[in-house]
Amino acid sequence: MKKLHALLALSVACSVGAASAQQLEGTLKKVADAKAITLGIRESSFPLSYLDASQKPIGYHIDICNAVANAVKAKLKLASLDVKTQAVTSQNRIPLIVNGTVDLECGSTTNNLDRQKQVAFAPTTFVTNVRMAVKKASGVTDLDQLDGKPLATTTGTTSVQLVRASEKGKNLNFKEVYGKDHADSFLMLETDRAVGFVMDDNLLAGLIANSKAPDAYAIVGPALSVEPIAIMLRKDDPQFKAIVDDTVKGLAKSGELTKLYHKWFESPIPPKGINLKFAMSDELKKLVATPNDNPAESFKK
Amino acid sequence: MNYHWNWDIFFQTIPSGDETYLMWVIHGLGWTVAISLAAWVIALVLGSLAGILRTVPNRRIAMIGDVWVEFFRNVPLLMQLFLWFFVVPELLPRDLSLWVKQDMPAKEFITAVLALGLFTSARVAEQVRAGIQALPRGQRNAGLALGFTQAQTYRYVLLPMAFRIIIPPLTSEFMNAFKNSGVAYAVGVWELVFVSRQMVEETGGQVIESLLVPTVLYIVCAYAANRIMAVVERRSHVPGFIVAK
Repeated sequence: MKKLHALLALSVACSVGAASAQQLEGTLKKVADAKAITLGIRESSFPLSYLDASQKPIGYHIDICNAVANAVKAKLKLASLDVKTQAVTSQNRIPLIVNGTVDLECGSTTNNLDRQKQVAFAPTTFVTNVRMAVKKASGVTDLDQLDGKPLATTTGTTSVQLVRASEKGKNLNFKEVYGKDHADSFLMLETDRAVGFVMDDNLLAGLIANSKAPDAYAIVGPALSVEPIAIMLRKDDPQFKAIVDDTVKGLAKSGELTKLYHKWFESPIPPKGINLKFAMSDELKKLVATPNDNPAESFKK
Repeated sequence: MNYHWNWDIFFQTIPSGDETYLMWVIHGLGWTVAISLAAWVIALVLGSLAGILRTVPNRRIAMIGDVWVEFFRNVPLLMQLFLWFFVVPELLPRDLSLWVKQDMPAKEFITAVLALGLFTSARVAEQVRAGIQALPRGQRNAGLALGFTQAQTYRYVLLPMAFRIIIPPLTSEFMNAFKNSGVAYAVGVWELVFVSRQMVEETGGQVIESLLVPTVLYIVCAYAANRIMAVVERRSHVPGFIVAK
């Protein structure tokens, strides 16, 4: 008899559970249950997501993610929502999204077809062009001039393959040198270990602005690649994806996104009050007018 | 966990050419083995020398060995690598400095071998010293009493026994040389850790496959080192003398 009661209670509990699951699923259910959402942040993806002087994550994508968190809070009608942050790296960001440690990755992740097998992306909020930083004094303006010369890039980035591809394509031969992070690669340029440093132009602008002699460097040459950078979330999670999409599209439509861009890319920003003076590219202007989450492959001509 | 497994990535061609990622891994393994073996040779030669110096009766000469060991033992390996790579070339005359930084062939490989070899030499030195000091003091005195010089006493009496005693810790050190060689990626040597990191990026986050295969290869390398040393131990075994099996 006792067993029967227990079974009955269990089945009632199950049906209640099923009822609420019908309304909420995936990340939204997880957030509603925990009354908390976890943002994945980068510590040095300047100025998209980085740490300020007091080690607090700030940046263009952090602002956008906070807008998403607010929209989630409103949708779930929560009195309070705990917004947690978790530092991620380019190596672990995808596994941490997939295994649920992080709900929304607010860093500098390229949206491409390979990654779409594992994760989903918000509408593109930034476009980066892979170009080359050089010392102005070297007089270099194009990759072609670097035949036989040392060229730096960072291990574990798409730039490594772009450099190799352009070597094959143009029949050039660089002496590639690899920094373990962007600061190391820039140090190679600074100390003449490399004549050029190939990387995303916004990162190059940040490294140059923060260097000892910002006027000594220039970003030159045509773009080796144009890549859409977007906030990343779990795949096959339609409810959460809808909120993220609506929030980003809403920001784009209201002009708020352009204001945020101006705040982070064209005004003095913490920690040193540096102004990147990095005007919005034509590609990004187009995306603000018609937001979408197309992968990098669709940007190739 | 909702992970999208894809072991086929190893047979995929890299975006910029005609190689497969499997070729990359094999290439990376080659560099890992090359760095480790070259560094091990340096470590064994210089480490033995420094270890012997620490045990000679002349305090001044012994000091050289002491300083050697304390410097290379007390600075983190990654830091030593960066010192050799970023700092030492800046101290050279300008033309030589530029040559080292831009034109020297295989500069990353040489730097990595040097850093790992010297770091490991300090550890080998300590083991050699321990081996020599583990011998009864009468051994040295007996050698000298027979009319051997100090050098001959080391060559014919002390070292043959000391090296046999320290084969087990030297085995660990040889295995460490393989495992520590992973830091070479930090200066851009295309070895296993480098390949692994680059594959994670280029395959769109196939992290587990990209990490597991190099991991298994490290185990194979370290275990092979272990077996080689086991053969050395058996071959050099003197009946009746220590650790007889």
